[in-house]
Amino acid sequence: MGGGTSSYQEIEETDCILLWGSNARETHPIFFHHLLAGLKRGAKLYAIDPRRTTSAQWAEVWAGLDIGTDIALSNTMAREIITSGLANQEFIEHATTGFDAYRTLVEPWTLAAGEAETGVPAAVIREMAHTYATAKRAMICWTLGITEHHTAVHNVMSLINLALLTGHVGRWGSGLNPLRGQNNVQGGGDMGALPDRLPGFQHVENDEARRKFDRCYGVTLPAKRGWHLSDMFNAMGRGDLRALYVIGENPVQSEADQHRATQLLEGLDLLVVQDIFLTETAQRADVVFPAAAGAFESEGTFTNSERRVQRVRKTLNPPGEAREDLAIICDLARRLGHDWVPDPEAMWNEVRRLSPMHAGMSYARLEQHSGLQWPCYDEQHPGELFLHGRLWERPVRGPRAPFSMVIHELPLDELTVDYPYRLTTGRRLAEYNTGVQTGAYHSPTRRGETIDVSPEDARRLGLEEGQRVRVTSRRGAVVAPVHIDQALRPGLTFMTFHFPDSVATNMLTSDATDPRVGTAEFKATAIRIEHA
Amino acid sequence: MDLHIVGAEATAAERAAVDRLLGPPPTGWQGAARDIARDGRTAIGGRQVTGDRDLLLPAFHAVQDAIGWISHGALNYVCTRLSVPPAEAWGVVTFYHLLATESRPTAVAHVCDDIACRLHGAERVCRELEARLGHAVHRSPCLGQCDRGSAALVTRAGANPERFVISPLTSAEAVVDALKGIDTPKDWSPLPAADEMKRGDETKRGDQPSGWSASTVSGATLLRRMGRSNPSSLASYREHGGYVALARAIEIGPAAVIAEVSAAKLLGRGGAAFPTGRKWEAVAREPATPHYVVCNADESEPGTFKDRVLMEQDPFAVIEAMAICGLATGAGRGFIYIRGEYPESERAIGAAIAQARAAGLLGSSVAGSGYAFEIEIRRGGGAYICGEETALFNSIEGKRGEPRSKPPFPAQTGVFGKPTVVNNVETLVNVLDILIDGGAEWAKIGTAGSAGTRLFCLSGHVARPGLYEIECGQTLGHAIDLAGGVPGGRGLQAVLLGGAAGTFVGPDALDMPLSFEGARAANATLGSGVIMVFDETADLPDTLARIAQFFRDESCGQCVPCRVGTVRQEELLRGRDRGSGIGDQGRVLLSELGQAMRDASICGLGQTAASAIESAYAILPSLKGTGS
Repeated sequence: MGGGTSSYQEIEETDCILLWGSNARETHPIFFHHLLAGLKRGAKLYAIDPRRTTSAQWAEVWAGLDIGTDIALSNTMAREIITSGLANQEFIEHATTGFDAYRTLVEPWTLAAGEAETGVPAAVIREMAHTYATAKRAMICWTLGITEHHTAVHNVMSLINLALLTGHVGRWGSGLNPLRGQNNVQGGGDMGALPDRLPGFQHVENDEARRKFDRCYGVTLPAKRGWHLSDMFNAMGRGDLRALYVIGENPVQSEADQHRATQLLEGLDLLVVQDIFLTETAQRADVVFPAAAGAFESEGTFTNSERRVQRVRKTLNPPGEAREDLAIICDLARRLGHDWVPDPEAMWNEVRRLSPMHAGMSYARLEQHSGLQWPCYDEQHPGELFLHGRLWERPVRGPRAPFSMVIHELPLDELTVDYPYRLTTGRRLAEYNTGVQTGAYHSPTRRGETIDVSPEDARRLGLEEGQRVRVTSRRGAVVAPVHIDQALRPGLTFMTFHFPDSVATNMLTSDATDPRVGTAEFKATAIRIEHA
Repeated sequence: MDLHIVGAEATAAERAAVDRLLGPPPTGWQGAARDIARDGRTAIGGRQVTGDRDLLLPAFHAVQDAIGWISHGALNYVCTRLSVPPAEAWGVVTFYHLLATESRPTAVAHVCDDIACRLHGAERVCRELEARLGHAVHRSPCLGQCDRGSAALVTRAGANPERFVISPLTSAEAVVDALKGIDTPKDWSPLPAADEMKRGDETKRGDQPSGWSASTVSGATLLRRMGRSNPSSLASYREHGGYVALARAIEIGPAAVIAEVSAAKLLGRGGAAFPTGRKWEAVAREPATPHYVVCNADESEPGTFKDRVLMEQDPFAVIEAMAICGLATGAGRGFIYIRGEYPESERAIGAAIAQARAAGLLGSSVAGSGYAFEIEIRRGGGAYICGEETALFNSIEGKRGEPRSKPPFPAQTGVFGKPTVVNNVETLVNVLDILIDGGAEWAKIGTAGSAGTRLFCLSGHVARPGLYEIECGQTLGHAIDLAGGVPGGRGLQAVLLGGAAGTFVGPDALDMPLSFEGARAANATLGSGVIMVFDETADLPDTLARIAQFFRDESCGQCVPCRVGTVRQEELLRGRDRGSGIGDQGRVLLSELGQAMRDASICGLGQTAASAIESAYAILPSLKGTGS
């Protein structure tokens, strides 16, 4: 099962928070309110981020690591925790496997080695390690700063290692929490919008699970995992994937290496796009299904980062020809010979029959409890505030949690004399991704796209605020105005991808991906900057 | 914090002023030159920085003192140093009258035009000064110099900033000279030679142009050191009985100190009359730590000057009493919050603290007792509301001085959210005699419901304005007689008891006993001890309009009934056709406004903003109805 292990309430009651690769102040403002309540109560916040973001301004200490050195940092912290005798030996022996190998793995990562590789002062690494390990309750929260690397999976595993090392998981106030970027990203994964999973995270290669679905639908489902997004683009490149149905995404502007992505999408035999806006992707589609807005023009459920399933209700009729997603999909199914009825509650009850972790969540109960947190196995089950409590049971229920052998590797897009600056990308408070959902709204904080550079680099390159420069990577070039930002140090630059119509940032970004899951290395591009 | 520092930068002089207070900035993130090897990799924030938020107001005072006003650049620098969002800091800096956010002359005069000074021609002086000096002159609410006639507070910014009071202000010339930098008698020379003063010596007292007057009771009294001991000498204080009470407190220990204070039935002298012993006991038994002592020296009630006289004439008594309070309630740290209009009090208390500290009477082991106690002075910024205890806490914490909702009460959640004893200056000083005499013995002075003596601030139309210590239960008429009665053989029109937040009484109230129960029986209040006398020639409608203006100025704006009600009240009184009164309809409206403010304001300011005005209409036939 994939999801944050803790409830929002827990971040308000924890003692130590490592906010790693996340500018939650701007990108997860609602979650950050819960985090602020925790700070007010006395929690210590450590912000681990290459930039001193607005989130980092709230932190006890900001650790400004070099891009792509997260594993070096976490392994150094781990060694420090172990050598200082702060590891939770009892928990390690009781609930984990592979500790000895892990100890050997992190052994070379002395504080000095960690500082040399990450740039973070040894004293800062030491303080974070000690505070995290000795806190009564501690959490690690992360976002795309951890996952948008070619080492995405190992980055996440390295954080899990820290939690296993200290026993900071499976208890109230201690946990591991990826922050979700949209109101319902969690729900999408829960419902099986993953290459290898059926609803409720049941593996497609598990025959028993799959047959349950076969019986329900009266068909035989493929027994093999599918493609993730990067696989799909590779398959398009090979000509193996010829038709694509895109729901609520704008890959023309959100994919890394935009030039290549656009060419591949335009080369398809059939492109179907279902969206509430006529996006750049939709404009290239053969068929466009105008869709109702999920938040207020349709019935159903959303699931947030704390795994809470909540009812969403229709308050407006969609404009023009736009229709609810469910109605569109059911019509499509009917044309394909399946007589599905577009009834949201009936559909939800089907989920409850097929996904054990949702079984207890009737509409009536969701209403009564203002949402329930999965897993919720039956109508008497209150839902789970936090996950992995089983690791503390005696004996451990289910398998023990393994330490992962995580190896530090620098980003693939190397810095050279020709491409001497590291570009990282991210988001700002007022904007959302490619701007499809936010660009139409007025915001007093909007200042358009810029290439943010440190004051030192601006001086060296003779750049002034607002001056337009050409930014070139190994894949493409864009022109953007300069913004001088104290939050950056020399060599580090920053852009968003909120304004693709004026500055197509993803023309620059690397198409390197993590082979395990396909996430692209948006966070590490090598560029040069020249006067335009 | 979200620090969106944009635009204006501080000048070197502004930075230097802030750095003198806070020390040099430790990193580039706090305003030092950016050192990329350090600042590019780490930054300290969170509580380690925001923990200094309480230095916000002191930092603004530092800039104001050095430069004369607080520019956007200076504000930004202070915010960078203390990690406070500029928008929030702007809310703080604009809250306080004495802090300027627009450029103005380095030397300015704040000239009192409040109710007592108006009786002595303050309006005429103000107009003349405004015509001659323009925006170097600012009208001020009561400066607490009502025993001396009209007054002005002069501030001159610079490397060696000056703040002093001119009082009595007999002509505009003195202010003009002061602003030019011509030496003028700065402040009133407080001390006649000690041997010239004798307690109860009415003749001598009458010879003083102004100042305190001694007691009319025998035995231990609050003012016994006045004019005898040298207020700037610890040795002199000790010669006159100083630090005997502290020694006694150390000897008997915290629980017994509280028992004595409780046995004395001492009630708070700031206006609310809460039992002091109960307050101390509540704080002493709170498990949360640390505990704090706050001495409320933000004496701003118009017509009140008793705490100023105590601080200037007997500063060691104030800090000795604070140390005893700290010992009794388990507090290691105390604040004395002195109103910004009292530079002389601040100097006197500051000097006393330094001497006491040097003598080991403050610090890690007070008088060798093992109890630690330190005192820090906090200067107010010119805001009446900060005399309200919870507003005062917010002000110390570097926030706008807006009152908090109660409960929770200060004994549980006071300054910095911790258990706090907050006492008025006079209340604290009483504790010294309670310990020396014993609580039960001390309680024999005064009446059953009002133990002890009280300090009354006699001002207005009396022959000898000043501070009089009177045993509780003596009559109002007796107090006025002590001050020489109404001069010039004129008749008495009214007396204002308790200041702007108090009540007017008429000549028929002279037999009223000056005790809590006596005042209550007469539907009046003694408040902070103001007795302001108006003879038959006084322009009462003018006084009432000034009181209304005072509350409109001083309302913090937090609750609607007060914010709107004080404005409507002033409109009503200013809009009246002079000589014809406000009319019956106006009286109804006035009483409805008063009721709304009493019912729905969260603090005493709104609850009492109509009280003096309503009482004036109730007792004075000349103001009633449509008659003149």
